[in-house]
Amino acid sequence: MAFREYKIGARMFGLAFGSSMFITLYMAAVDISSVSVSQIGLHRQLGFGRAGGFSYEDPFLRGWAKPTQVILAVDPKTGAAIDPVTAYVYEKDVPFPNGIRHPRILGDGPRELSEGRGRIGEADDAVGAVFLTHEVEVNGELVPYIENATATRGWIPAETLAKVPDNKRLQVGKGKIMFVREGCWWCHTLLPEQTQDWQYFGAPPMLGDFNGESPTAFGSDRKAPDLTHVGSRNSSREWMMIHFFNPRLVQPHSIMPRYDYLWGDKDASGNTIDYDGWRSAYNEYAAGKSIVPPDVPVPHKDSEARALIDFVLNLK
Amino acid sequence: MFKYLLAREEDIPAGSAAIFFGFSSIIWFVVGTALGSFNAAKLAFPDFVTGIEMLSFGHMRQVHVLAVILGWISMAFAMAMMYITPALGNTKLWSEKLGIWNCFIWNIGLSVGLCGLWFGITSGREYSDMPFVIDVVIIGGLLIPLCLNVIMTIKTRRTQGIYTTNWFFGAATFMVIIVFAVGNSPEFFQLTGLTEAYLTWWFAHNVLGLWITPVAAAISYYIVPKVTGNPLYSHRIGHLHFWSVVVFYSTPAAHHIMSSPLPEWLKSFASVEGVLILVPAIAFVSNLLLTMTGKWNMFIENIEIKFTITGVLLAIPLNMQGGFQQTRAINWYIHGTGWIVAHAHLALLGFSTFLEAAAVYYGLQTLLRRKLYSLALANFHFWMLLIGFATYWISMTIAGLIQGAGKIYEVPYIDVVIAEHPYMIARWVGGTMVFLGNCVWMFNMWKTIRVGTVIPDGRLPHELAYER
Repeated sequence: MAFREYKIGARMFGLAFGSSMFITLYMAAVDISSVSVSQIGLHRQLGFGRAGGFSYEDPFLRGWAKPTQVILAVDPKTGAAIDPVTAYVYEKDVPFPNGIRHPRILGDGPRELSEGRGRIGEADDAVGAVFLTHEVEVNGELVPYIENATATRGWIPAETLAKVPDNKRLQVGKGKIMFVREGCWWCHTLLPEQTQDWQYFGAPPMLGDFNGESPTAFGSDRKAPDLTHVGSRNSSREWMMIHFFNPRLVQPHSIMPRYDYLWGDKDASGNTIDYDGWRSAYNEYAAGKSIVPPDVPVPHKDSEARALIDFVLNLK
Repeated sequence: MFKYLLAREEDIPAGSAAIFFGFSSIIWFVVGTALGSFNAAKLAFPDFVTGIEMLSFGHMRQVHVLAVILGWISMAFAMAMMYITPALGNTKLWSEKLGIWNCFIWNIGLSVGLCGLWFGITSGREYSDMPFVIDVVIIGGLLIPLCLNVIMTIKTRRTQGIYTTNWFFGAATFMVIIVFAVGNSPEFFQLTGLTEAYLTWWFAHNVLGLWITPVAAAISYYIVPKVTGNPLYSHRIGHLHFWSVVVFYSTPAAHHIMSSPLPEWLKSFASVEGVLILVPAIAFVSNLLLTMTGKWNMFIENIEIKFTITGVLLAIPLNMQGGFQQTRAINWYIHGTGWIVAHAHLALLGFSTFLEAAAVYYGLQTLLRRKLYSLALANFHFWMLLIGFATYWISMTIAGLIQGAGKIYEVPYIDVVIAEHPYMIARWVGGTMVFLGNCVWMFNMWKTIRVGTVIPDGRLPHELAYER
C-alpha cells in the first residue's frame, strides 16, 4: 500500500524540515563565512597547520607533517641581524593551513593583501614556505595579512630552521595534536565566557579569531581552568614540565591525570627514564617518608611532552 | 548470526535481526557503563590507574560516550524498529537479511571506530569524534540500511493508516542520515573556524533532538497501549508532538555555544526556539500519562510499564531543564559545569535508557517466545538503574551549581575542585550501580533464552505469570 494518503503530510514534512535547515544551516553559514580573519586568527592557523585532528598526513595523531613556529633574530638569507620576528616554517611536504589553500576564508581585505603584497599564491608545498604575519592600516582600519617570505625574501624553510636555536622553536602544530589526542579539552576549555571570565581567564575570543583553524576544540565541560590565555598567566616552562609529569607535585589537590608517558624513553640528555624508580620515590614522598620529591626529567626535544608544553605556553 | 549472513531471505526466521540487535545493545550497554564507571573513578581518584596512555581519562572518555550512544541507545532503537514497525503494519520486516547485515556491520564498524578513538584517532570534535572514514561507514553501513528497512516495511504494510510510532521511526531514520552527513561535513570538506564549531554543536544537538528523543518517545507510544490494552489517549496530540519536534527541535543548535562569538541573531533565535522544545515535551508526556488512565496498577506490577512510565516521567525534569537552561540568564550560570553533565545523563541514562530498556525487555520476550526468567532480577535491575542514575544526577547537579558559583564569583579554580570531590565520589558510586545492574540484566536475558517459560501462540508475554 502506497503512501498516497500521506502526500500532504510528506510535503509538509519537507517544508518544515527544509525551512528549519535553511535558517540554521544556510543563513548561519552565509553570515559566519562573511567574517574577516583577525591577526590572532592568522597566528593560530599558521602555527597549528592544516588539521589538528585526524588527517591523511597524520592518521595516528603523532604530530607528523606539522609546521614549526620560530623566533628569528637573523635574516636566514643574508645572515644580517634583524628585529626578532615570529615566523611559521613549513618544511617540504608539510601541508599548508586552510587560509593558504583557500584564501577566500580569510575574508576580503586580508585575502587581497595576502595574495597581492604577501604573494601566498606562489607557496608550493613540494618546496615548503616560511610565513610571516603583518597588520597594515587600510582606510582607517587595521587589516592583517600573511606574507610568504619564501617568495618575497627568498627565505628557504630548511635554512631558516638551521638559523634558529632550539629554545627559539615552538612545536605548536605538533602540540595541538597532543592537546587533541590526549583529550586535554575534555576538561580545559579554550573559550572564556563572554559574560564572566574577563578577570579570571582573560578576554573572550572575537569573531575572526578562528578562521582557518580546525578543530577549534572549545571544549564543553570545564572541570579545570580555561586555557585560552594560559601562557600569559604562567610562562614558566619548568612549572609546566613538573605539572605535566605529575600535577600533584605542584598542586596537591589537582585531579589532572599524569602525562609522564609523553616523555617517551629518553630524557633531554639522552638517558633512559626510570619510570618505576621515579614512581616508587614519589610514593615515598607522597607517604611522607622522604622530604623532597624526585627530580622531574627534562623532556627530549623530539618528545611529545615538549610539543605539548610549547603549545600551552604559546596560548597567550 | 553468522549462519544467516549468507542464508536465503526465506530461510531466516522472522525477528532474527531484532534479536541480534537486542542482545548486541545489552552487551554494548554493559561495556559502555563499565567505561563510564572507570572514568568516574579517575575523576574521583586521579591516581587510580596512572601513567598508561591507553587507560588515561582523555583516551577513555569519548569511548564511553560513543559506546553508549551508538552501541546501547542506537542499537536498542534499531532493535525496536525491527520488531515494532512490522507489528504495527501487520506485516513482516521488509528484509530480514538486510537487518542481519546491518547488525553485523554495526558491531564491526563500531568496534573499529571505538578502538581507533581509544588509540587517540579522533577528529577532535565532541560527539562527532569519529574520523571521517568511520563516519562514512556509519552513514552508509549503519543508518542508510536501517532507514531503507524501516521505510520499506512501512510502505509494504497491510494496514490502512500509519500509527504514530511509525511516523517517528520513518522520519527519524531519514533525518539522522541528514544529521550525520551535514554534521560531519567539516571533515569531509575541511570547513574551519566558527563554521566547524557551529556544525559540531549542530550535530550534537540534532542527533539528540531528531534521533534519540523522538525514537525513544515513539517506543513508548507502542509499549504503553500494547501492554496496558488502553488505546492511545489522543492521536491529535501525537500529531502535535511529531510536528513540533520537526519544527522546534531541529533549530536551537547554537544554544550549546552561547559564549562563543557566533552571530547574535543566531544565538537569540536558538534560545527562543530552545524554550519551544517544551511544546513537544508537554504533548508527549501528557499523552502517555493520560493513556495510563485506569491502569496505574501496572506501573507497580508490570516491569515493562514500570520502565516506560519512569522514562516518561523523567522527561518532565529533562525538558524543564532543557527548555530553560539554555536561555542567556541561566546559561550564564551553569554553562560548562557539571550541571550539563547531569542534564546529559538525565536525557540519555534517565529518560531514553528506561524507554529503550522496556523495548528490549518486551521485544526479546515476544520474539523469543519466552517469558522473562526472573521478575526479581528485573526489578533489581530497575532499582539499580534508577537509584544509580539518581545518585549520579543529584551529585552532578550539586557539583555543577558549585562550579557555577565558583565561576561567577571568581573563586580560585582549585577551591572548586576541592569542593567537588565528594560529589565526584558519589558520581562514581552511582555510575557503578548502573553498571552492576546491567550485568544482572545480561544474566537475566541469557537465562530467559535458555530456561524461560515458553509463551504459547496467540498470547502476549505480560499475560503469563512469572515462575520466579
